[in-house]
Amino acid sequence: MKVKVFHVLQQIQKKKICYLFIAPFFILFFIFTVLPVLSAMGLSLTYYNVLELPRFIGLENYIQMFFYDDLFIKALLNTLTMAMVIGPIGFLASFILSWMLAELNRGIRTTLVVMLYAPSISGNLFLVWSLIFHGDAYGYLNSTLMNMGLIEQPIQWTTDTRYMMAVVILVSLWMSLGTSFLSFIAGLQGVDLNQIEAGLIDGVRNRWQELWYIILPSMKPQLLFGSVMSITAAFSVGAVGAALCGEPSVDYAVHTIINHLNDHGITRYEMGYACAISTVLFFMMVISNKLIHKILRKVGT
Amino acid sequence: MAAHNILSNKSRYARSVFGNVMNFLILLIVAAFMVIPMIYTVSNAFKPFNELFIFPPKLIVMNPTFDNFLGINSILRQSWIPLVRYILNSLLVTGIGVLGQIILASLAGFVLSKEQFPGRDFLNNIVVLSLMFSGGVTAIPNYIIFAKLGMINSHLSLILPAFCNSLGLFLMKQFIDQMVPMSLLEAARIDGAGEFRIYFNVVMPLCKPAWLTLLIFSFQSLWSTAGGTYIYDEQLRTLPSALSTMIYGGIARAGVSAAVALLLVLPPTITFILSQSNVLQTMASSGMKE
Repeated sequence: MKVKVFHVLQQIQKKKICYLFIAPFFILFFIFTVLPVLSAMGLSLTYYNVLELPRFIGLENYIQMFFYDDLFIKALLNTLTMAMVIGPIGFLASFILSWMLAELNRGIRTTLVVMLYAPSISGNLFLVWSLIFHGDAYGYLNSTLMNMGLIEQPIQWTTDTRYMMAVVILVSLWMSLGTSFLSFIAGLQGVDLNQIEAGLIDGVRNRWQELWYIILPSMKPQLLFGSVMSITAAFSVGAVGAALCGEPSVDYAVHTIINHLNDHGITRYEMGYACAISTVLFFMMVISNKLIHKILRKVGT
Repeated sequence: MAAHNILSNKSRYARSVFGNVMNFLILLIVAAFMVIPMIYTVSNAFKPFNELFIFPPKLIVMNPTFDNFLGINSILRQSWIPLVRYILNSLLVTGIGVLGQIILASLAGFVLSKEQFPGRDFLNNIVVLSLMFSGGVTAIPNYIIFAKLGMINSHLSLILPAFCNSLGLFLMKQFIDQMVPMSLLEAARIDGAGEFRIYFNVVMPLCKPAWLTLLIFSFQSLWSTAGGTYIYDEQLRTLPSALSTMIYGGIARAGVSAAVALLLVLPPTITFILSQSNVLQTMASSGMKE
């Protein structure tokens, strides 16, 4: 035991320069990120209404959440449904589009990348979509469908529980070309061209083989980064539903965990409960991240 | 450089003309859908008052006018603080924040990627984990920390947390994993280069696409930071926080707020275009990996 401690200390001594390199980042990181997150996790064990001091209540928030709060269960199921569609499709679309762009010439490529990334930068997003899905006959979608004679009456896209989920998923997918997309574009620049050449010699016969055996394996670091980004985005859907369908939405059809968290934390000042919700969401993301790492390990084999 | 020609050589695998055209057409159609809100933002800013209220709204402006932009000026002239002040504040916060984030994240990302030392895996893990905790509920602990450090009503409350953005470190670390070969670092060490020298002359040039991409993300998020919770002094407010009060001015200010919306997205869009065209340019120089 003593020998081991000594060994570690020796290692630290030897790698002093490493700690110097990471110190500026991690000192700030512990103060401004780790400390607040740990405090929030601690607050999840209390009753805290922001005005009075927090009062320790053990696991009561969690018991309340899973056994008595029907709305939380509904939000949980909605979130899982959305995440399971938006996460994988958003991730794949980001990769496939960036790969399709890879061999175009530079001017065209830059133009297309700028257009594809536009939703992440332009603001004003929900306005356009709320016009498209407007519930009366003037809404773009309704008027188009009525002109084509496909429907007789306008459809209430954002207040009819049969369509709300689909609308929110569609708009979220449309917004999903964000962080992962740009990192894939940049990551494709880092694929070693010698490897592609070597692949040609080794008998890679078509684009698909090249993609699977050479490009994907050498982009694993970016794929991991992109998967974390897609998970956090997919589990944090909330703003889209709130903007298009209102908050709370009709029959809570698109109520998500994030909406539930805002409801308790911001509207009702039940901070302890909100912290507990945040902690549960955190563990959901951690678990799905583990699963996806397992899948990504199989890439290129 | 020979390797470079392979990628640009279109006949590497025979993809038919039809395949190329389809590839391009699909991209074009998707891109056309994506760009709609951007067009809308641009054309709204030039719409005269009556056109803003046509229902259903028109995507393209019919009689463009500059009135909306003049409106911003006349509203701001009534307040004591000139627009320039807000712009300077935003530029200061964004400039320092972006620069610091890139430097700190790449310094840490470099050793976390390429060195073995006690605690490395633990630190890598908590950076990834921290990305998964939704921000909302940390507002109160954050405020308390800022208050204890005397950072309330100071630009530091916007800049310092940006310096330690975990997304930035994770991104830099992953890209350095891919783009910086170990052999090159060892060669540099044998040539007698110190760690700082290696960082600056080997690592940073090689992972240029990474920090150019991070530049986009950090510029975008810092530029749109209002910081209303932590900064209340009129002299210190940033552009988005000052302009947001104008946007919520009701129907009478609809034109002005459209102009404001355009002004706000312009700087990040320009940064994005410039840095993106540089990301794609680095292709040619990746021959140095040989």
